[in-house]
Amino acid sequence: MENTTLISIEGLRKDFPTSGGRFTALNGIDLKIGKAEFTGIVGPSGSGKTTLLNIIGSLDSPSEGRVMVLGQSISDLNVKQAALLRRSKLGFIFQSYNLLPVYTVFENVEFPLLLLKLDDSHRRKMVMDTLDWLGLTDKAKSKPAQLSGGECQRVAVARAMVKRPEIVLADEPTANLDAANSHNILKTMVRLNNEFQTTFIFATHDDKVISYLKRKISLIDGKVLKDEITNN
Amino acid sequence: MIRFLLKGILRDKQRSLLPVIVVTIGVMLTVVLYCWLTGILNDSVELSARFSAGHVKIITAEYEKNINQMPNDLALTGVDTLMLKLKNEFPEIKWGQRIHFGGLIDVAGSNGETRAQGPAIGFGIDLFSGDPSEKERFNLAKSLHRGRMPIQPKEILMSEEFSRKLNINPGDTVTLIGSTMYGSMAMFNYTLCGTVIFGAGPMDQGSVVIDLEDVRKALDMNNAASEIVGYLPDNYYNEEKVDKLVIKFNKLFPKSEDKFAPIILTLRQQNDFGKMIDQIKQIGGFMVLIFVFSMSLVLWNAGLLGGLRRYTEFGTRLALGENYSHIYRTIIYESLLIGIIGSISGTFFGLLISLYMQNHGLDLGSIMKNATIMMPAVFHARINTLSFFIGFIPGLISTVVGTALSGIGIYKRKTAQLFKELEA
Ligand SMILES: Nc1ncnc2c1ncn2[C@@H]1O[C@H](COP(=O)(O)OP(=O)(O)OP(=O)(O)O)[C@@H](O)[C@H]1O
Ligand SMILES: [Mg+2]
Repeated sequence: MENTTLISIEGLRKDFPTSGGRFTALNGIDLKIGKAEFTGIVGPSGSGKTTLLNIIGSLDSPSEGRVMVLGQSISDLNVKQAALLRRSKLGFIFQSYNLLPVYTVFENVEFPLLLLKLDDSHRRKMVMDTLDWLGLTDKAKSKPAQLSGGECQRVAVARAMVKRPEIVLADEPTANLDAANSHNILKTMVRLNNEFQTTFIFATHDDKVISYLKRKISLIDGKVLKDEITNN
Repeated sequence: MIRFLLKGILRDKQRSLLPVIVVTIGVMLTVVLYCWLTGILNDSVELSARFSAGHVKIITAEYEKNINQMPNDLALTGVDTLMLKLKNEFPEIKWGQRIHFGGLIDVAGSNGETRAQGPAIGFGIDLFSGDPSEKERFNLAKSLHRGRMPIQPKEILMSEEFSRKLNINPGDTVTLIGSTMYGSMAMFNYTLCGTVIFGAGPMDQGSVVIDLEDVRKALDMNNAASEIVGYLPDNYYNEEKVDKLVIKFNKLFPKSEDKFAPIILTLRQQNDFGKMIDQIKQIGGFMVLIFVFSMSLVLWNAGLLGGLRRYTEFGTRLALGENYSHIYRTIIYESLLIGIIGSISGTFFGLLISLYMQNHGLDLGSIMKNATIMMPAVFHARINTLSFFIGFIPGLISTVVGTALSGIGIYKRKTAQLFKELEA
């Protein structure tokens, strides 16, 4: 494990209000995640993987406990500060890609840079470099509807990576992909992890993903059951 | 960023073309309905204007006091000079002289005895001078039921119902018994040339129409008239123009002690027309309000649905680090843009249709069996200043408010929830 801690979680609990009271999705989580990790949160459906990832990604806030991400306490961020954190430091990859359908591949990848108000030529170079990296150069002008699922997810990876975020959060990134595409995407992410020292955190129960992980955090019923370094 | 968002709207037809079309149609309907209603209400005012009140009416001060008795002993005199002066001073106004009179119509039997008799209200209007405007104002030709229009002196038109009551037909001779301007009895024979239907009960019961000069002869009213009616050039009662006219008239004919000096009355000042005009405006306003409101609901919902459809997009944009407030602002700007474009094009098309309806009217002559004097078969729309703006209420305000409300939905949801929705 690297020595720089990017994420530190202490005594995290997350309750959701339900019709009959409340449901505790996460209970007493303590974790530290360091720079350039390639970590997976694994566990059965309903174990709280997405909830944990959302809190790390400042898309949700803890009910109790302390979650520090890149030196900032998630519970203390207002919506603007949370948006700023996501915009500048975090990248997201979703199960269903969530590309903006009316925009081209180039424009989808460009969007995070527009939010950062980078200038035109700068943006262009970063987008083209990233597309090149992911082998998407000849698809730059295509719309998402014209791409295969594997290509869509590669575009999503490009969109997450283009601004060189500190942390990439990927929730079931291979769930909609076949085996070949899954391996392809995962190898790409390993490459990015090695090259740019980007921290990757997955939420998954896919064995293909698990086989690439360097660290596996097993979650059951909102608790960490096991936290192990794997021999990848 | 703005360019990026504009690209998005333009490419997503569901987000641009569709709402613009919906707004355009809604606004167009609003504008057309408004102009239509204004037109119909206006027509009913114009009808009264044409038939009795004029846009303005000139009578003597004393005549006005007893106007219901049609006191022709108090009629305007020296009308020729008066008309000349009016035509000179107000060249844009169309003036018409009229005589109203009461009397008895007597039908003689073969031996000279009275066969039938009935009280009559008479209209003396210009039928023969060559200027057809008075005939047209009374819509006589189109309301003709039997016989033909008068073509020479001593011919009379009568309401159809009256002719039935008297049991006479075109070609028969009738005698008008009335009183002259100076109070003595007048008797004059006329040939019934045709019958008309007024379409209004009291007038159908016993009205006759005779050429003005004929009436003058019969009632000894040489160079006199009960009234002079005036009409604005476009046949549309415009209070501002009329008020200006009145001010000028009052300068030319200052108030005097002379009981027979001419005074001017506007349409509004006569009978209950003022109240009627106000009521008409209120009813019209109310109906338009209802329509604007329902149109607003439709467009509001369109705005709302447009927003809901895009929750996935908003969730993604939020996750990528865009601010709530920025997303909210952009959708408001988008809806403003759509509202403005839709309102402008809707107003344009609405006015185009209304303009056609204003100039040509909708002729229901084939549906309505008989056109009458009081019920014209052609309905016109009418464009006024408000026609240019009314469509913007549903077009712009509702679209934006609908979007604004649907946008609050994004605020209310926690980011993660929006997110859950997009994962589902
Ligand atoms: N907004 C919410 N309101 C109520 N309950 C919620 C909410 N979000 C999650 N939960 C509950 O919390 C638990 C954990 O959910 P979470 O989505 O984190 O599971 P997961 O491990 O990601 O499962 P999966 O593998 O199916 O994606 C589930 O039982 C879920 O029903
Ligand atoms: Mg999940």
